[in-house]
Amino acid sequence: MAILVDSDTRLICQGITGSAGGFHCRQMIAYGTRLVGGVTPGKGGTQFDGTVPIFNTVTEAVAKTGANATVIFVPPAFAADAIMEAADAGIRLIVAITEGIPVRDMIPAWDLVQRRGSLLLGPNCPGVITPGQCKIGIMPGHIHRPGRIGILSRSGTLTYEAVHQLSVLGLGQSTAIGIGGDPIIGLRHKDVMRLFNEDPDTDAVIMIGEIGGSAEEEASAWVGAHMRKPVVGFIAGATAPPGRRMGHAGAIISGGKGTSEEKYKAMAAAGINIVRSPAEMGKKIAEILGHQIEHLGA
Amino acid sequence: MKIHEFQAKELLRKQGIATLKGGAAHTPEGAAHVAQFIEGQIWVVKAQVHAGGRGMGRFVGEVAPDVIAAASRGEGGLPGKGGVRICRSINEVREAAQAMLGATLVTKQTGPDGTRVNCVFVEEGTRIAREIYVAMTLDRAQSRVVVMASAEGGTEIEEVAAHSPEKILRCIVDPVVGLGSWQARDLAFGLGLSGPTVSAFVKMLQGFYQVYQINDCSMLEINPLIVTADGGVLPLDAKITFDENALFRHPDLEALRDLAEEDPSEIEAGKYNLSYVKLDGTIGCMVNGAGLAMATMDIIKFYGEEPANFLDVGGGADKEKVTAAFKIITRDPAVKAILVNIFGGIMKCDVIAEGVLAAVREVGLQVPLVVRLEGTNVEMGKKILAESGLSVIPADSMSDAASKVVAAVRG
Repeated sequence: MAILVDSDTRLICQGITGSAGGFHCRQMIAYGTRLVGGVTPGKGGTQFDGTVPIFNTVTEAVAKTGANATVIFVPPAFAADAIMEAADAGIRLIVAITEGIPVRDMIPAWDLVQRRGSLLLGPNCPGVITPGQCKIGIMPGHIHRPGRIGILSRSGTLTYEAVHQLSVLGLGQSTAIGIGGDPIIGLRHKDVMRLFNEDPDTDAVIMIGEIGGSAEEEASAWVGAHMRKPVVGFIAGATAPPGRRMGHAGAIISGGKGTSEEKYKAMAAAGINIVRSPAEMGKKIAEILGHQIEHLGA
Repeated sequence: MKIHEFQAKELLRKQGIATLKGGAAHTPEGAAHVAQFIEGQIWVVKAQVHAGGRGMGRFVGEVAPDVIAAASRGEGGLPGKGGVRICRSINEVREAAQAMLGATLVTKQTGPDGTRVNCVFVEEGTRIAREIYVAMTLDRAQSRVVVMASAEGGTEIEEVAAHSPEKILRCIVDPVVGLGSWQARDLAFGLGLSGPTVSAFVKMLQGFYQVYQINDCSMLEINPLIVTADGGVLPLDAKITFDENALFRHPDLEALRDLAEEDPSEIEAGKYNLSYVKLDGTIGCMVNGAGLAMATMDIIKFYGEEPANFLDVGGGADKEKVTAAFKIITRDPAVKAILVNIFGGIMKCDVIAEGVLAAVREVGLQVPLVVRLEGTNVEMGKKILAESGLSVIPADSMSDAASKVVAAVRG
């Protein structure tokens, strides 16, 4: 079933009546995702595009639709509250797309999510897609192909780049996940690697990291000890100077920690096949799997 | 967002935390007035810049260039005076302020170019029994606030962290409970404090945590926190930075922003919601998405050149944003070629191609431009560029783009 989402996933959207929420919900429906409801406080009883029922609360949406996943497009000031509402209503998978949630709001929100036992993807992430089955998030569905390679990254477009490199080589994806670029996120590299390791539909994984923090080192240590599948690794930000934030709130080298060299070292020590050029991710996977490549290009 | 020491201390005072008497001044005469107002026999004049290491820093023009270079490397024991000066008369206060205001201070954190001093802080002098380091920030591994304290205050804490991390005491704050008194006491005894200093430290640490929370700080650093001759504690320096994502609910803090301390190009980029960081190389980059933007910088280096900037135009890049981005990139005289790398997702490549062309027509093109488009409507996008009549160098993949732009700068 790949990981996290498949054709049985029943999704609701918090913030479905906003412009970003509405736009992406239409895209998700067009891809075939089972969007069973939306939540906007005060608009309960109405419908989105005449087809999707809208509820006032997540609890009500879960009771009436049997939803087991939510995607959040609520503005930053209210997004942490939306995450907590979803966790409190017993939603299993919470995908928070919203960018710019204050850290002070995320600390208690993440604490509550863990106590309720939900899985949180993001915030500030592109989402998750199991090609041909379910797309939750803002990624362009058409670049993906069903297949057996897992992809894990923080950011959107760098994930798309990896997907594209694989698709061009004729290699499809089991699930592609962007976990988000914020300092506080739910699922981390290590958690997703564990899921890919246990997934019978995934043969190999591309793990893309970024400078800052220590999540890549933690994940590498886990991979070294437990992973039974080949992993290709790339770290973005080798050229970033210390002390400067590279777009993502989490991508900053501080106090000499979080450099790409440290992360590559941890990856190499764990037996991960590292590539130092982001253009080589797909080729490396193909090489490892002994895939027949007809059009390798320059 | 960073603020100055005098502003940080004002925030501490608002929360009822005792500080030394002091005031900011923008002229030597103003500094003398502040000193007269706070009275006493000893004053300290401190340059107000958004960089640490002020005491060990040196002023351009006051000392020889090789001393300035040594100051930028953080070397100690240099000749001349730094950005923190002890004064024993009103006249000395005036002279210190005169020397600093308008001058360029170079410290380990400013880099070799230094930063201009526009404001000084004049504070009463005090006797110091001990110096302690205290800081709070987000512990990313735990996703909670961490409070750090070290008996090695005043010195370079990065050195302590690198060489003897065991000397930095830590406690993690439970978001439900807040910073517990027992946790603050643990730190106090761990630092070797005793007598009335323990409760003074506990009270002050909890005050710092309140300041950290109510102002949405991302870092609060007191280095040093001093133990006074009578066993009390006082913050001698204060550095506070705020979570940019939370400034929407703190208009009062936004007003503390000192634009003179920030890079003009980065301010301009911020207006258009672009994320821009100036770097030292020769290849200007325009990319959508932070991860892909970093990867694009990396592949330039992989092919042997250096990026001139990080620039993320974001997911919803329109014509206006692309034009603004082009202007910012081309304003940098070091830029010898430009690489545009856009992976069109929801954003369509044909729309982006139109944006790039509009920007080039408006801004002009003095250097080679390599454009790599991929994703939604890529064929339409490439066709628009090819038929534009402009000398845009098309590229098919990241490696193709990088090798072409590197070849272009090498002529």
